[in-house]
Amino acid sequence: MHDPERVCDGPSCSNPAVVHLAQIENGKVSNTKYWCKSCAEAKGISTKTPSSFERSDAAAEESCTFCDTTMKDFKDTGLLGCPHCYTSFEPGLRRLLNRIHGSSQHLGKVYLPPDPSARDLDARVQALRRRLRRAVDAEDFERAALLRDRIRELEPAG
Amino acid sequence: MSDLQANPDFGLGWLDGAGPYSDIVLSTRVRLARNLQGHPYVCRASDEDRKAVFDAVAGAIEKTSFAGGGAVLFRMEEMKHRNRHIFLERRLVSRDLLDKETGKPSPGTAVFVFSGNPASMMVNEEDHLRLQCLVSGLRFMEAWGLADRLDEEISPYLFLAYHREFGYLTSCPTNAGTGLRASALAHLPGLVLTKEFEKVFRGIAQVGLTVRGLHGEGSEVMGNFFQISNQTTLGKSEEDLVDHLAQVVGMVIQTELQARQILMRDAASVTEDKVWRAYGLLRYARSLPYRELINLLSGVRLGVSLKILPSLRVSMLNELMIFSQTAHLEEAAGKELSKLERHAQRAEYVRAVLREGRGGIPFDPTG
Repeated sequence: MHDPERVCDGPSCSNPAVVHLAQIENGKVSNTKYWCKSCAEAKGISTKTPSSFERSDAAAEESCTFCDTTMKDFKDTGLLGCPHCYTSFEPGLRRLLNRIHGSSQHLGKVYLPPDPSARDLDARVQALRRRLRRAVDAEDFERAALLRDRIRELEPAG
Repeated sequence: MSDLQANPDFGLGWLDGAGPYSDIVLSTRVRLARNLQGHPYVCRASDEDRKAVFDAVAGAIEKTSFAGGGAVLFRMEEMKHRNRHIFLERRLVSRDLLDKETGKPSPGTAVFVFSGNPASMMVNEEDHLRLQCLVSGLRFMEAWGLADRLDEEISPYLFLAYHREFGYLTSCPTNAGTGLRASALAHLPGLVLTKEFEKVFRGIAQVGLTVRGLHGEGSEVMGNFFQISNQTTLGKSEEDLVDHLAQVVGMVIQTELQARQILMRDAASVTEDKVWRAYGLLRYARSLPYRELINLLSGVRLGVSLKILPSLRVSMLNELMIFSQTAHLEEAAGKELSKLERHAQRAEYVRAVLREGRGGIPFDPTG
């Protein structure tokens, strides 16, 4: 913790100490030095706190393989460059989505592409059934009938 | 859902005030954000990219039941400057559809206005598609139901950007998942006058919703009008998001009604005076800046709601809000207006409506 009362350890210096340099040996702090800004810099110790961009230079350079958007671009604008960015930056975006929405798992409508796979169809029917149960519970029978029709369209006859 | 079975409502359907609680909740809006696979988002799109998205969307619409006039297309580039701004004032398009630096539309930007449905769809806004439904009063489930039906009709003909885990992929991750943003535009003078609004708004924020000013994100609060909307779009179904918002707005309405009862119990004469003064100014003023109009309409709206001004209808007040904006006034005058002319024109229009009880300005956006 920063102690505002602590003064610099530098010879004949009484400036407030802003740099705390702790030496750790075998898990124990053995030697702590306190320096003011100018004494610390005289000893070649950097007093600058690295910015978040400097800390994550490598991550900021990462770019989307489809549209070349970098993480830095995204941080600057708040906008992704293309749908593929979600795959290019997947781990980081999953964390971000969790932070924004409290979840990264979509529970809404399941999109059915013009050329659906069996898995797409199955996911779509599951989601429609979930919505149908909800509509019935809410006694929204008009919606329930609509959802039932959508399920029927996807299920083989018989 | 709409009285206009055959014609587009051009963003005006909600003005009739036919929805429940329409004296307090002016309108309910639901919008869905969708994007096409294999195309950069609009923020990184070239003119050609935007045109390709537009062609894909226009091609898809042609395959739906909206072909042949069911969805009227307006390409922003081809519209007159004033008509673009009329669309903006009616919330059919957003400012983001116009280029931020030049204020002019970029190639490929467009809006489809649906016939017989209070709905429109912007092309090449922040996302490739922004489908929105705008209805009168507190009708979240109806607005969502309509948005869902339109989405179901169009999306089978488009390759949309969708991820099994993250849902519909959007340019800004704050919209990902359902891509759904629902909002109610509510008039809450009771909460403001009884100084209860801060407490209520804190409560709204705690349950994951947002309160904004009259014109949405980044806009200022005017005339005690507030937009209440969902903040998160992922991890819940559309029905859950919409239902939660409907319940919270329902509670806000009840709190507003209680606040109005307190006003009429403890400060009836002050409240009545406020209402009549607002009406008097609107009825006789010769110059009205828009901000002043909105503040006065707030007083009059409260008066209509409390039956202090029984001869006025909510629909007239809705019309005054929309038709007294700059582009609408200029359309009525048939020319550009200076600031002072605008204020005078607005006051004249408001006086005429209140005197004669007549409706809005006829406007043909295709002209």
